[in-house]
Amino acid sequence: MPPSQGDSATLVRAGRTTRPAVRRRRGRGRLATIALFLAPALVLYLLLVVFPLFQVIRYSGYKWNGLGPLDDFVGLDNFKRALSDDVFRGALKHNAIIIGLSLVVQLPFALGVAMLVNSRLKGRALLRLLFFAPFVLSEVITAVVFNLMLQPDGVLGGLNVDWLGDTSLVLYTCFVVISWKYFGFHMIIYLAGLQQIPRELEEAALIDGARHWEVFRYITLPLLGPTIRISVFLSIIGALQVFDLVWVMTGGGPVNASNTMAIYVIDWGFKRFQFGYASAVAVIMLVISLVFALLYQRFVLRRDIEGALTTMGT
Amino acid sequence: MVKSIRWALAAAAAAALLVAGCGGGDDSSSKSSSSGTPSSGKPVTINWWHIANTDPLKTVWKQAADEYMKAHPNVTIKITVLENEAFKAKLTTNMQAGNPPDIFQSWGGGTLKEQADASLVQDVTKPTSSWIGTLNPAAVGLYKVGDKQYGVPYNLGMVGVWYNKALFKKAGIDAPPATWTDFLADVKKLKDAGITPIAVGEKDKWPGMFWWANLSLRVAGKDAMAKAGEDGSFDSPGFVKAGEELKKLIDMQPFQKSFLAAPWPGATGEAGTMAKQGAAMDLMGQWAPNEFNANTKDKKGLGDDLGWFPFPQVEGGAGQEGEQFGGGDGFAIGSKAPPEAVDFVKFLVSPEIANKAGATGTILPVAKGTESSVTDPNMKQVLDTRAQSTFVQLYLDQAYAPAVGQAVNDAVQTLFAGKASPQDVASKIADAAKSGG
Repeated sequence: MPPSQGDSATLVRAGRTTRPAVRRRRGRGRLATIALFLAPALVLYLLLVVFPLFQVIRYSGYKWNGLGPLDDFVGLDNFKRALSDDVFRGALKHNAIIIGLSLVVQLPFALGVAMLVNSRLKGRALLRLLFFAPFVLSEVITAVVFNLMLQPDGVLGGLNVDWLGDTSLVLYTCFVVISWKYFGFHMIIYLAGLQQIPRELEEAALIDGARHWEVFRYITLPLLGPTIRISVFLSIIGALQVFDLVWVMTGGGPVNASNTMAIYVIDWGFKRFQFGYASAVAVIMLVISLVFALLYQRFVLRRDIEGALTTMGT
Repeated sequence: MVKSIRWALAAAAAAALLVAGCGGGDDSSSKSSSSGTPSSGKPVTINWWHIANTDPLKTVWKQAADEYMKAHPNVTIKITVLENEAFKAKLTTNMQAGNPPDIFQSWGGGTLKEQADASLVQDVTKPTSSWIGTLNPAAVGLYKVGDKQYGVPYNLGMVGVWYNKALFKKAGIDAPPATWTDFLADVKKLKDAGITPIAVGEKDKWPGMFWWANLSLRVAGKDAMAKAGEDGSFDSPGFVKAGEELKKLIDMQPFQKSFLAAPWPGATGEAGTMAKQGAAMDLMGQWAPNEFNANTKDKKGLGDDLGWFPFPQVEGGAGQEGEQFGGGDGFAIGSKAPPEAVDFVKFLVSPEIANKAGATGTILPVAKGTESSVTDPNMKQVLDTRAQSTFVQLYLDQAYAPAVGQAVNDAVQTLFAGKASPQDVASKIADAAKSGG
């Protein structure tokens, strides 16, 4: 609220507590209140997010087994070593493959299912529930259940395909399981987006002689734009950090065939006790995610979030 | 005005609560560490972490702690029971915070050395000197760094071949093989009879490492293994030869389906495959029967069909009879532990408790004179082999620095997957060992 403009306004409010001194004190009180409410969250954030972040960056410059003092400074050697390590490059490639497949297979599939359960369909409430259910399961439970089914004598093992033991297949097996778990989440997002599109637009287009494909292409898809952009963002960030499910299913193996960046970090940190090196890889992962997130927000999400982050209301 | 002050107070209180909540934990145990003898009578708390997370051993130890606390009213023992992998993860975090538990599971070897170098474990040479001689010297040796004692063993076992007598009979094999040549011939016989010869859980990597390590001990010999631990010479001819012998076995395709995706434990793992008669042999330590039992419906495992034989000798290798590959369990004493902790460990490994632990059939106690508490025929056989053994090569992932142990596991897995030659495997391990781990 800007300072009162002109005498008339002051006069109008004169009866209430608009004397400058009081108002200033009130403003200060409000700030204090805000600060106090913010403090617990801020303290936790600094303690559990910002502080560890700087610790990891610090560790990444050392050769360190996690036990002794930090005294073997190696500069950027850990980073050089990671970027020239075939296993790490393989892990990076696997993350890229999962991102690619998510965008090309998983999200379009989720959109298709969302369109289906958005139409007038018998039992669509039940279908929505069924499709969303996998998302509610924990990743570990999902992994264990699929591991049992993919055993040679499991439900899906009877096909005589070595789903998890074949090094050229295992990554795709993992991707299918990841998709099974997450497509329901994207479906719900799309469903919410679809329900925001006024029916009148589609009806008008149909009356004007547009075919269903054209309605989808020229009305549904553009109006679903913001939703798709958010869903792509979440999907890519998720794929960059994929860990739990693959860790439980394969541990990144066999022979690193399903290794990902996050698994690589845990492997070098908590199995080989080279925390300096593992920290460097974690920093690389952070930089990739951060750069992606910033670029995506700057260039792709700009229209969608304009006003929400840049200005402080009125 | 009044209202806003009340709000502010409430918020401040909330903040204070939160900050207090996430502040440092209590360190009740560590205060009395520097002073007094075990019988000083001052109240102390001992934090004890162990990994015997299943009965009967879990209960035996709980009772031991209760008994000790009864006899020493000033001592409180807080037990934390953890599963193996969870233990390693939790211990790492505590170690990094410089806050080791007072008594904790240790396998000795390279990991214990790293902890000793970082002063996170106590040198207990002096307080244990009067009674450590009552324990098996091979086991005690695993907890020595230089000539200092950093831990106390309670179990020492070894890796050998567990086999299904019924399936052997079906394939026409009368006696377990004593030499590698016989062993390979038996694998062929089993295959010809339509039986999967061997179960292995290569998802976990270390079960495959057992094959490579045993062959290395037989072919390259213990001196070469010790030397490689020092200078990283894992690419010497003996190790390459050991890899070639292993490749011979792998090329016969003796393993269960999808062995690269199978872990050791559980119904889908190596143990489950053995338990449901899905394979005839399994190279594993003395803990294996327990896991077989857990994976059959009647909890009796293979029953009388289960047999055990030591890893066969390789003709022309540097290894001698009486050299075995194995390891055990023990307790390390944290740097901040009170003297009572050592006294309690003394009680834990004493014949009184060791006999009870041995009778559970899950461990092979190391206190002299308690061997007779082991009644299970297979465990007895392991024990007999132990009694005759002249040397025990500790598990490689414990004997060497953790990064080298993992490099062995990784390299051997590539051999099992048919993705590398024995020469590649040897030089990969050597590279990791020479780069300082």
